Amino acid sequence: MSARLVRVAGPTVAVSGLPGVALNEVVYVGEERLLGEVIRIEGDLATVQVYEDTAGLALGEPAEAAGESLSVELGPGLLGRVFDGVQRPLAELAERQGDFLGRGVRIPALDPERRWDFEPCVAPGDVLRPGVRVGVARDGGVEHPILAPPRVAGRVAEVRPGPATVHAPVVGLEGGHVVCLAHRWPVRRPRPVARRIAADAPFLTGQRVLDCFFPVCAGGTAMVPGGFGTGKTILEQSLAKWGAADVVVYVGCGERGNEMAEVIDEFPRLVDPRTGGPLLARTVLVVNTSNMPVAAREASIYTGCTIAEYFRDMGRSVALMIDSTSRWAEALREISARLEEMPGEEGYPTYLASRLSRFYERAGRVVTLGGGEGAVTIVGAVSPPGGDLSEPVTQASLRATGALWALSADLAHRRHYPAIDWGVSFSLDAERLGDWFEREGGQGFGALRDRAMKLLQREREIAEVAELVGTESLQDAERLVLETARLLREGFLRQSAYDPADATCPPHKAFLMLQLFLDWNRRAAAAVGAGVPLRSILDTGTGTKLVRLARTPAGEMPPAASALRAEIETSLERLEAE
Amino acid sequence: MDLVTRRIRGAHAIAGPLLFLEAVPSARLGEIVRIRTGAEERSGQVIEISGARVAIQVLEETRGIAPDRVEVTLSGEVAKLGVSRTMLGRVLDGLGRPADGVPAPIAEARLPIGGAALNVMRREKPQDFIETGVSAIDGMNTLVRGQKLPIFSCAGLPAGRLATQIVCQARVRGGGERFAVVFAAMGAPFREYDAYLEAFRSAGVLDRTVVFLSRADDPPIERLMTPRCALTCAEHLAFTHGMHVLVVLTDMTAYCEALREVALAREEVPGRRGYPGYMYTDLAAIYERAGRIVGRPGSVTQLPVLTMPDDDLTHPIPDLSGYITEGQIVLSRDLDRKGVYPPIDVLPSLSRLMGLGSGPGRTREDHRPVADQLYACYARGRDVRRMAAIVGAANLGEDERRQLEFADRFEAELVGQGGAFRSIEETLELGWKLLSAFPPELLTRIPSALVEARRGKGGA
Repeated sequence: MSARLVRVAGPTVAVSGLPGVALNEVVYVGEERLLGEVIRIEGDLATVQVYEDTAGLALGEPAEAAGESLSVELGPGLLGRVFDGVQRPLAELAERQGDFLGRGVRIPALDPERRWDFEPCVAPGDVLRPGVRVGVARDGGVEHPILAPPRVAGRVAEVRPGPATVHAPVVGLEGGHVVCLAHRWPVRRPRPVARRIAADAPFLTGQRVLDCFFPVCAGGTAMVPGGFGTGKTILEQSLAKWGAADVVVYVGCGERGNEMAEVIDEFPRLVDPRTGGPLLARTVLVVNTSNMPVAAREASIYTGCTIAEYFRDMGRSVALMIDSTSRWAEALREISARLEEMPGEEGYPTYLASRLSRFYERAGRVVTLGGGEGAVTIVGAVSPPGGDLSEPVTQASLRATGALWALSADLAHRRHYPAIDWGVSFSLDAERLGDWFEREGGQGFGALRDRAMKLLQREREIAEVAELVGTESLQDAERLVLETARLLREGFLRQSAYDPADATCPPHKAFLMLQLFLDWNRRAAAAVGAGVPLRSILDTGTGTKLVRLARTPAGEMPPAASALRAEIETSLERLEAE
Repeated sequence: MDLVTRRIRGAHAIAGPLLFLEAVPSARLGEIVRIRTGAEERSGQVIEISGARVAIQVLEETRGIAPDRVEVTLSGEVAKLGVSRTMLGRVLDGLGRPADGVPAPIAEARLPIGGAALNVMRREKPQDFIETGVSAIDGMNTLVRGQKLPIFSCAGLPAGRLATQIVCQARVRGGGERFAVVFAAMGAPFREYDAYLEAFRSAGVLDRTVVFLSRADDPPIERLMTPRCALTCAEHLAFTHGMHVLVVLTDMTAYCEALREVALAREEVPGRRGYPGYMYTDLAAIYERAGRIVGRPGSVTQLPVLTMPDDDLTHPIPDLSGYITEGQIVLSRDLDRKGVYPPIDVLPSLSRLMGLGSGPGRTREDHRPVADQLYACYARGRDVRRMAAIVGAANLGEDERRQLEFADRFEAELVGQGGAFRSIEETLELGWKLLSAFPPELLTRIPSALVEARRGKGGA
């Protein structure tokens, strides 16, 4: 052991005397054995980014290479847990260290003592391929499929059913290989799949504006840029709550502690509408708040993604939320600056775009090694400085992702949430998903969507004119467009996260609502054409009722919609008759 | 001071606030050093160590330091502050040393000022409503205990008056709990800190206040330590003595400038406008030290004040702050010119924790919907005002005139309350009164049951 620290600067240190050390290998740094990863090697000198606070390190302190790349532990017992950026379990750290995070403590991600009941589905003599199911582990109502890890194959020699810890071999192969309940996987290496396939179903978010206008495929990618206070975090949290996924991995990357405390407090009490169990039971939280070590923030998105891929390999649909990719990029920039690399745009390293697109490429719908089908959908928040979308992280994300869900400061200031700017946002998946929405949402969904978008577009044009001439000079037909658009904005695009009936909205409810809004518009336009003053139409109060429709539970929507349609018809007929 | 101290004679170079020593193998990152030249002694901190040199950031004036003659003593420990309850009522300098001529308080503990990150599992969800008596805050952007809510000001606006008003008036319903104020001034001119202290004194809160004062004529580097000392003291009062501590940090812009000065002296690659790329991380290490801890009675609530250079909300200082803090209270020069006090522009202002601190059991059931409705109507009124400037008021429709009038009254009556205390009930009642200008069916942000209940009472 002759490895010694020769330089200490912020979160990076230089170590000499680590012969044979590889790039991305884990190194234990200093007397306290802080966790680090090799990010550059020059002759005898290895530069290490340290995932813990480096204050107090001195030259000459020892270092030791661990012999493996930065890896996470994958096995039963991940769901419902909270980890830091390098997968240390935060609840257990709190038990060991108290209220504040200390250093140099190693706690395994999965409880090494917990005993699972393993029920195999293979027998001696079977031939095992990577990714094939070997059985299931059970404990206290939790059922967790056990697969042969990637690269493990051979003929089964021995099977050990019954109680087992995560590290105990449960299946032995000829030639000495074993399968345990848990295995390790390097975070920066995507887990292998049989092949990628094109997606054909949406990742439903429960947010009307997204699902109807800018849907993204299960296995797709979306970016959410927005200045501060535009509601990125609230949106990411809503998706984590209401998004239609089997498993949600939420990465709080360089964000606020109080917000994460809220999630940790709230998720155990929320009910997963799909299973009836607590929402936390389908969730894994990876938390590296802004005041936690910056290098671990860089690693956190890979930790989260590897966990997401692990569940995908079981044939599940996984949603990965990153809040926020800008903080990850800043961590990258900070490390790059300490390495004295030549900076690219705005000081970010030149490899920012390639790292980001390689990361988003880990999303996708796949045929797993075991032959099943799984998907990872990635939604990445972006925090552009000054809300300026021309900055490098936004621009690199635009090229890497399939949907732009842009947040608008103006809408947020009006407390219009989700503050999705429908004029700027887009989805490259929308067309591919057209058939699905016709089938599952309602016949004519696409046409409705187009009409609504045209109407909103027309509103912008008329509003621009009105800015110059005043609304008094507008014709009733034009003012009807403004009025319908206002109703759409208030009653359809806006969605209240605080109203239990409105927090999430299935496509068939959204379809009925949209249909009614546009029918109202068509009916009112006919009445205006017949000489009815717009004022009288508005005085019927049917518009206000449209806006309040969102508060109707999805199950009660069909009768409520029919009743309101009839009311619109009678009240406008009466006006026309007058 | 349990370690053997070590002494080095002579420095290699001095540049601005930095002193460079030849290799000192035993120096530790973040360690505090004493720098002696002749009879003078200064303190400094190790910020980088390599085989060839050690960089020390000098926390005091570097004028008059001769590299050949300096003598540097390594203390063996990171920067620490002796903290105690008896600091209440004291005035300390930017490094936490007595500045009121009285001997230093006897420390109950010596704590590293860098602080440690609070494990999120131990964070208590903040939810206690703090009634500041300011309508634009209580009604529209509710402050809760454990929150960090900065005031974004412009040069010349009364941010100090608003901050002191909040500190002196703030109360928690069913109160009776012990509260304390920690006031940290960074780069503060005399007139500013004197006004703060005078306001604290006349409100009678000075003896519950700890003052950390880094004046405008103190060396800028000192400012880097001041908020950390203040928060270390606040955490001790909150989590050891169970007090509810309100921390005022003013002015964070001066802090960021000191950060930039050191970064550029170290020849680091500058980020936006010359501020270092790690400014987000650095500010987060300060702002994140607000909160509550599970199972402990106290809380740390932060009220940082910063001046937006050139009134620019997208400048890196307000921008990065806004990304870290839980909202912001934005002051407006326009409102100030109209004579509105406090000149809070509610549209860009935000409290992210409002949902946790408002509603039944905390304020009132109608709080959130009324606030949302006021926002929607005021935003529309501002649109109309812009339109009216072009097309003339005569070309406005009846609805628009009503919206415009609402916006004017909202600014004059609800926001422009003057220096008086207004309870949350008074604020909400005033909100309903202003909204009564609109027909009930236009109040779509408020559940119809609430609107009808109100109409039953003859309110709206």
